Amino acid sequence: MLRVEAVEKSFDNFKAVNGANLTVKKGEIVAVIGPNGAGKTTLFNLITGVLKRDKGRILFKGEDISELPSYQINRKGISRSYQIVNIFPRLTVFGNVQVSVLSHQRKNLKLLTPAQNLAIKETRTILETVGLLEKDKTMAGSLSHGDQKILEIAIALGTQPELLILDEPTAGMSPEETYTTIELIKKLAYTQGLTILFCEHDMDLVFSIAQSIMVMRQGQTLLQGSPEEVKNNQEVQEAYLGGE
Amino acid sequence: MSLNLVVGHGGLFQFHHGVFYGVAAYTTALMLKKTSLPIWTGFMAGPIAAAIVGLVIGGFCVRLSRLYFGMLQISLGSLIWAIVFRWYSFTGGDDGISGIPMPSILSPLKNSYLFILILFFICMILMYMILKSPFGNTLRAIRDNPQRCEAIGLNVQQYQLIAIVIASFFAGIAGVLFVVLERSVYTELLFWTLSLEVFIMCLLGGWFTFIGPVLGATMMVILRTFVGIFTEYWTLILGIVLILLIFFLPEGIMGFLQEKLKPRIKDLSREIMN
Repeated sequence: MLRVEAVEKSFDNFKAVNGANLTVKKGEIVAVIGPNGAGKTTLFNLITGVLKRDKGRILFKGEDISELPSYQINRKGISRSYQIVNIFPRLTVFGNVQVSVLSHQRKNLKLLTPAQNLAIKETRTILETVGLLEKDKTMAGSLSHGDQKILEIAIALGTQPELLILDEPTAGMSPEETYTTIELIKKLAYTQGLTILFCEHDMDLVFSIAQSIMVMRQGQTLLQGSPEEVKNNQEVQEAYLGGE
Repeated sequence: MSLNLVVGHGGLFQFHHGVFYGVAAYTTALMLKKTSLPIWTGFMAGPIAAAIVGLVIGGFCVRLSRLYFGMLQISLGSLIWAIVFRWYSFTGGDDGISGIPMPSILSPLKNSYLFILILFFICMILMYMILKSPFGNTLRAIRDNPQRCEAIGLNVQQYQLIAIVIASFFAGIAGVLFVVLERSVYTELLFWTLSLEVFIMCLLGGWFTFIGPVLGATMMVILRTFVGIFTEYWTLILGIVLILLIFFLPEGIMGFLQEKLKPRIKDLSREIMN
């Protein structure tokens, strides 16, 4: 579904991503791991068009998307959440997701119909899936950090993506919230058939849900393989898992 | 009001809103004075011209970020002002245009006031509808977080441009109403101090509310009329009010009222529920 081929990106003279390769198959849960500064977030920014790659190709369903602006990439079916909470703090929880649903339905340009009558069913379904339905009228900015991270995912789901990219979905969460989030990710993948690409520091989480793991170091792909392969790989052991 | 659409709800630095107002006033004035077309076409042409200028200026500006957006707008707006100021043969330069003919129905002062009032309310209702529509929601979402909007498939610049065009159109209507009332136009209408004045109106009333700008405008006019009687330095009082406002009520008067009233309404409804 998604193929990243030898992608490079530098900022000034620093090569943030220096030859990244990644394959995501339909219906898979794929994790990207690597130490801080390995280029995971940059890679996600390149895939979603926030940044433009210097070299290499990014293919989504066989089509080169590396030159498209991010709003068009989203319309192709890739949606993402952010590592640092990135929501609409002055809108309600409902409003946050509704904007996204309306964007998917191309209804944001309606000037004279009241918004409160539109996309209600879709929005409520998503809120129910992620478990935020009871808080739908709360201002997003006043939610707890954990709920804001969940809302992140809900906004991303609003555009009905085929590929969902999650940048450290459980960062800063309590163990309990982390557990809920893992269950949510599993639910999305297994019952809704979403393809999920995520990166995460929590190794237990990665090895418990990922079907394929890509290891990055200093902007480069070390390898991509099944959790077993990654665990047993000598180089990965030394580079990353070694201390544990 | 229309400025609030862009700044308060769209989060754009619309520094030179007055220029759209002025362009419309001039267009209407010129149409009425220099052509023999039916008068209503002159009225229509004003807002449309304003919207077109909005499209052009906005088209340049949305490509820039935040503060530069405002700067470029001031320069482009001032350019228009300079053209009007210099082009004596066509626009009358700093003499402006006066003695603009009006249809006879609007001749009595009372009728023109009524006309203005009706149009004002129509515009209010339209703008209220727009702000409550998906477009209004989207605009607020873009204000809060443009980057996130790109990520959910929204072409942010396109939305901002549309917002500017709509706002220019409404500013244009206001410009036409000015012509109806004054029957003359002059270059001050295009000068940036007017834009500042409108900006302050919104600041006084509160950015994030719908009625805020109306309240702000009312306050400003009251201040000018009543304090202006005692001293020509009424702007000094305005300045003090503004400073106090920025320190104590950064959300404007309506924003403040809303915050104060909300818990009370909640309490009330709770009591009723119980």
